[in-house]
Amino acid sequence: MGITARNWREYPQRYRLEAAKCSQCGKVFFPPRLICNQCKSRKFETIKLPGEGTVKTFTVIRVAPTNFIDEVPYAIGIIELLEGFSTMMQIADCDPEKISIGMKVKLEFRKIQSDGEAGVIMYGYKAVPVSE
Amino acid sequence: MSRTVGIIGYGAYIPRNRIKVEEIAKIWGADAPSYKKGLMLREKSVPSPDQDTITMAVEAAKNALKRCTINPEEIGAIYVGSESHPYAVKPSGTVVAEAIGATPSIHCADFEFACKAGSEAMFVAHGLVKAGLIKYGLGIGADTSQGAPGDALEYSASAGAAAFIFGENDLLAEIEETYSFMTDTPDFWRREHQFYPQHAGRFTGETAYFKHSLSAAMGIMEKSGTKPDDFDFAVFHQPNGKFPLRVGKTLGFPKEKIETGWLVPTLGNTYSGASPLGLTAVLDAAKPGNRILMVSYGSGAGSDAFIFKCTDKLIEVQNNAKLTRDYLDKNQKYLDYGTYSKYRKKIIKNA
Repeated sequence: MGITARNWREYPQRYRLEAAKCSQCGKVFFPPRLICNQCKSRKFETIKLPGEGTVKTFTVIRVAPTNFIDEVPYAIGIIELLEGFSTMMQIADCDPEKISIGMKVKLEFRKIQSDGEAGVIMYGYKAVPVSE
Repeated sequence: MSRTVGIIGYGAYIPRNRIKVEEIAKIWGADAPSYKKGLMLREKSVPSPDQDTITMAVEAAKNALKRCTINPEEIGAIYVGSESHPYAVKPSGTVVAEAIGATPSIHCADFEFACKAGSEAMFVAHGLVKAGLIKYGLGIGADTSQGAPGDALEYSASAGAAAFIFGENDLLAEIEETYSFMTDTPDFWRREHQFYPQHAGRFTGETAYFKHSLSAAMGIMEKSGTKPDDFDFAVFHQPNGKFPLRVGKTLGFPKEKIETGWLVPTLGNTYSGASPLGLTAVLDAAKPGNRILMVSYGSGAGSDAFIFKCTDKLIEVQNNAKLTRDYLDKNQKYLDYGTYSKYRKKIIKNA
């Protein structure tokens, strides 16, 4: 049940890619933080991260956690969404061998995992190559 | 005075995976050429393991929002029509609403009516706008259709979604008329706890699909005082390639008026998404002033018919989101039957 509540609390980030931008120095946090670690400001504005970006780096998972064993091999990448801002997500719908650094990706709403066969389904964004 | 209501935004989504008829036929010892000829269908779309009705509905809704400039918080209702809602109990529409930023002042409901659930979501969403109860309504048809292994349905049951936002201003296509025709006809069903639907074979044709599609089309033309010559495009439910062409021919629509929205030869039957996706492909290609007839069909059984008239604004927004034919004809990834079985969870792993 814990995972259900945690997932629900993270809907703004998982479902809508909402990030916090420091009103004082402009640093972007995803997920949001209460205090900016750069200027110590507590004032933030909510921004929506863009739906496309580029692969900064990636790794291919061949031995996966239980919930992901049917998906191997799959790639996890650091995706640059804004200049100087990146976040980590799965790179889906492609042959991992064909992923390259600098590749353009778009973000698509996908199932991330589920809490067993009968539990809640957790959704979020994955990166998908614009064209493989 | 009755309000003029219409589509103010539309969007499609089709997964990139495909499987060819030959690949399915070779597993079951079936004759691929006869299936291809009989169904007029070459391949179908397949969802990735991380895709379902909800994920595709969200992507289609996002594309619909790209074709208009509304604030999602002003959408008053979201209805998702599907026969493959991921949950038996828990709405799909709330996830879509949350993902596009339309919560919490909103009404959500999930619809089911075999392949007609999408047009039924469209009908209710537009009706609430017309009644003045909501400012904007979002109707979505989405499915990851199921066909039992080896059954004729396995060659066609595919995946896709189409979303339509209805409103009163800045219309892309005005709804000139609606008409629905239904009876209780048990031609196709799925009982609780069953993985795959059952169908009544040939009974699904004349008494079911053709009777309801033709009656709805004739009914709406009679109600509106129109005839086939008054339309530039017609979209019928497309469970296979042959059925919609035959309905069109019977009514007097030439093939050229049907082909633009006739996606089934390379898409398969997206069930609740089928005629709605056909409509998105027509809207992608239509010009101002064009008139479109859309007739859905859902087993059980019934048809919803709509007459749309395209406005000048349509051509300004067609390219604001990915075109339906681009989803269909580009970047396909072909699967073998083993991978398809894994993706569709047809392999049972008893630990």
